[in-house]
Amino acid sequence: MSAENGNIVLSISGVNKTFGGLQALSDINLQIEEGKAHAIIGPNGAGKSTLLNTCIGRIRPDSGTINFLGHDLTGGNVKPHDINQLGISRVFQTPEIFPELSILHNVMTPAFARKEGTFSFNPLNALRDQKGIEHEAMDLLADLNMADVSRHHAGNLSRGNKRRLELAMCLIQHPRLLLLDEPTAGMARHDTNRTIELLKKIKASGMTKVIIEHDMHVVFSLADRISVLAQGAIIAEGHPDEIKGHPKVREAYLGSAEI
Amino acid sequence: MHTIIASTRMRDYITLALFTLVVLTAPLWGKLIGAGYPDLLKKFAIFGLFAVGYNILFGLTGYLSFGHAAFLGVGSYATVWSFKLLSMNVIPAVLFSIVLSGLLAVVIGFLSLRRTGIYFSILTLAFAQMSYNMAYSVLTPITNGETGLRVLRHDPRVLDSLFGVQVEGSPLGGLFGVTLTGYSGFYFCAALLILGFWIALRIFRSPYGLKLLAIKSNQTRMEYTGFNPRPYLLSAFVISGIYAGVAGSLMAIVDPLAGAERMQWTASGEVVLMTILGGLGTLFGPILGAALIKYLENIFSAFNDQTLFQIFDFLPHWLARIMVDITSPFVGDGWHLTLGVLFMAIIIFLPGGLMEGFRHISVRLSRKSGGDADMASLEAAEGESK
Repeated sequence: MSAENGNIVLSISGVNKTFGGLQALSDINLQIEEGKAHAIIGPNGAGKSTLLNTCIGRIRPDSGTINFLGHDLTGGNVKPHDINQLGISRVFQTPEIFPELSILHNVMTPAFARKEGTFSFNPLNALRDQKGIEHEAMDLLADLNMADVSRHHAGNLSRGNKRRLELAMCLIQHPRLLLLDEPTAGMARHDTNRTIELLKKIKASGMTKVIIEHDMHVVFSLADRISVLAQGAIIAEGHPDEIKGHPKVREAYLGSAEI
Repeated sequence: MHTIIASTRMRDYITLALFTLVVLTAPLWGKLIGAGYPDLLKKFAIFGLFAVGYNILFGLTGYLSFGHAAFLGVGSYATVWSFKLLSMNVIPAVLFSIVLSGLLAVVIGFLSLRRTGIYFSILTLAFAQMSYNMAYSVLTPITNGETGLRVLRHDPRVLDSLFGVQVEGSPLGGLFGVTLTGYSGFYFCAALLILGFWIALRIFRSPYGLKLLAIKSNQTRMEYTGFNPRPYLLSAFVISGIYAGVAGSLMAIVDPLAGAERMQWTASGEVVLMTILGGLGTLFGPILGAALIKYLENIFSAFNDQTLFQIFDFLPHWLARIMVDITSPFVGDGWHLTLGVLFMAIIIFLPGGLMEGFRHISVRLSRKSGGDADMASLEAAEGESK
């Protein structure tokens, strides 16, 4: 474990959250290191989505603190655009793209948020003069084999391609932290493999990632570190090999499934 | 949305040049369709401008405002007041209208944009109806209530008296000595329409326009992409409000009076119809829609039973009687019934408006582009390997 002393990008300490009588999160402590892919796994209802939304300040925890690169996100109700401007890009369970825009413009639009901030009023500038952004977007699309169809509506893409497009939309922002909420949910095996290949490329580039995932195949191909969540608590954390052999994890989550 | 596609600078200039040519030659081609007189052509230009601006809000962001008549009315009042207090010159009048309609749009937009969808529409409608009712009641000292605000000979007109400009006869809007009546009035409206069209074209081709479309397409993604949609929506609302204000100003310039009825909800509804009829979110559609509605209104509202009898003259008298009875509710004051039928037909058969119709025709005329094949092969490759 040479990475123990890396820079911490996202730090979650002592977070508790109850909804009514339900303990959704109990005493969560997580440190996401720079350049690492950190997976959070757990059965349905374990609190993965609650944890994700708490991490980015959308849900206010009852106690504990969340710190992203020195910014306190504990308060809850942090605006999504502020979260993004801090450097957190997010991929959703169901791909959120701009279906009516062309594939190229889907990728170009997020680049403007990085360049211009939450708002800029430049109604008389020409889009065609944004060559730098266009080239960067086309390079990303070439990786997705979508360069030839870049002028087509994104809404016509298959689900797998929509997901990879959404990933490209996050990548063009060069986020400090990429949140992936079940990036291969609802995908066929072939699609899943292609998405993993793409994510591995990003991993190689050293981008910090938090992956919420069901699919063990995805988790063990991508993660540097894994936290296992069950009934709102982290029951195990460690290197993928440690998690594979962890008896508590087998009991709570993996059951008799082969890994 | 086909609006923001790869466009070269040259293509934009050609588009503008052709548009300018068509607008400036309107008195000539207007004659061919029986519209070759200034009053109707002015309506084409004024409502065209109104619709072009409205389309920047509704067409790009998808926010349906039912309250743009308020800006039309404020533009008219501002212009008449400028005529009364400052000068019969139209330049300060238009500027004054821009400022006032812009300010009103900031207020109404700021409050209405706290909600989306149907709630936004209803808020804008409520604000416009409030403006309308206030113009009739408490604001009578400013609006002159039911009588309407008109320009009088003995109004102060500070700037005119300062420069020794005399008003002879009934005061009319002018541009440095040129009285804007008849065709000169039309050409002034046409100039502003062309300017308004050019600005709209630039917005459609800009990153700003792309972001407005992105808000329409997926607001959640927009927010998580790092954009704050509110200032984008508000600025689009204000721009379209200013267009409406200038259109209202032009109405008062070609006919120097302003009445509260201009603010009624029917005027807001009309611009919605124009935009959808012509093609929502397209550059030319709203202008086409505006011209078509004003053209048909001109024809159908002029009909009465007398003219209908003349049309059905070739039929036996009893049959002509029946035909007139059937058609008469659709003409004259009842021409809105015709408009309703037309609107329904367009929505059902051409949801994208007239522009969609033209697109179908041009696709049928030219071969399908190779790009669709690329898309098909990309998705087919997915399918095979599943």
